[in-house]
Amino acid sequence: MITKKFANKKPDLHFYWQLFKSTFLISAFTVGGGYVIIPLLKAKYVDEYGWLDDKETLSLVAVSQSMPGVVAVNASIILGYRMAGIKGTLTALLATVLPPLVTLSIIAYFYNFFAANRYIQYILKGMQCGATALIVNVAINMIKKEIEKKLLIPLLILTGTFIAALFFNINIMYLVFIDGLIGLFFLRAKKYN
Amino acid sequence: MIYLELFTEFVKVGLFCVGGGYASMPLIQAQVVDIHHWLSMSEFVNIFTISQMTPGPIGINASTFAGMKIAGISGAIAATAGFVTPSLIIGIILARLFLKYGDIGIVKGALNGLRPAVIALICAAGISFIVLALWNTEGIPNKLLAFDFSGLIILTISIIAVKKNIGVILVLIGSGILGLFMGIGETMFFH
Repeated sequence: MITKKFANKKPDLHFYWQLFKSTFLISAFTVGGGYVIIPLLKAKYVDEYGWLDDKETLSLVAVSQSMPGVVAVNASIILGYRMAGIKGTLTALLATVLPPLVTLSIIAYFYNFFAANRYIQYILKGMQCGATALIVNVAINMIKKEIEKKLLIPLLILTGTFIAALFFNINIMYLVFIDGLIGLFFLRAKKYN
Repeated sequence: MIYLELFTEFVKVGLFCVGGGYASMPLIQAQVVDIHHWLSMSEFVNIFTISQMTPGPIGINASTFAGMKIAGISGAIAATAGFVTPSLIIGIILARLFLKYGDIGIVKGALNGLRPAVIALICAAGISFIVLALWNTEGIPNKLLAFDFSGLIILTISIIAVKKNIGVILVLIGSGILGLFMGIGETMFFH
């Protein structure tokens, strides 16, 4: 969220449509919690539109996770603002809120059918496996890149946070806060940027 | 005015929901079940299940569905609007600050520390996702050999599809369809 690459570009209708379409799709396909948006964000904004790079995506997710609310909503609010100010934020927010509003209004009427239906369970189970494949792929690529950089402190942060989150169930808020502090004190040199 | 009330109560939920969608559940429960008695506990459990099952951010799903149950479509809109309002305000402030002060050393340093942290969290989430896909449990599975065979097949095919770069959303739709066929096949041959 640091570069101002796009700050000078005047957003046109096509741009707002892209922003709306992409945040709408990301919201509609977030299956099973916040982390699934990472591969989605990467596919849309890094690979397809070129609005962000990998580093910015990670910063965006980190900030979205440390503020109150849901990661997908927070990410779209910040991204929308960065790309096109308040108008961008409102576009992205509306697009994020619409899919759940529509799906759940429909489902609320057919609740019993939906909850008990075996075929729907099968589809959801399948999508969950698909989401797993996406996350694992992103995780492996990111670790590879991080190891290639051969910087000690980031690798220590990575390992320590991983162990603390997976094996000790330490609250993510604390982890993010501590890692931010470590960065603030020890990672200010140019080579870490 | 039920809509205004829904809005303000969900502002509170949104404000104190820190750490992702699941964190919103106990807060929503406190508001709609314990304090206001808008819904019964079993209705709330249904909301929780549905929010997890349906695609979309869990916190938004839950707010929308709770609002819907309490006061129809307008209720859903009021609750969801309330839920996202704190994020909206805080998000705009943070985004402004980052655009303005993002080049300052301390901020860069903090973000440099957060990036490996997020990679670590993605890896941890990846592992819990694998456990959930293969053993259908959360946490460490107690029977390592008793894994879900169809889960393994869908996961393997999805990984190949991801490597072939067919597109994130196609992978999700495809794995859903595959799950449907595997499930139907399994019931036909094994039950």
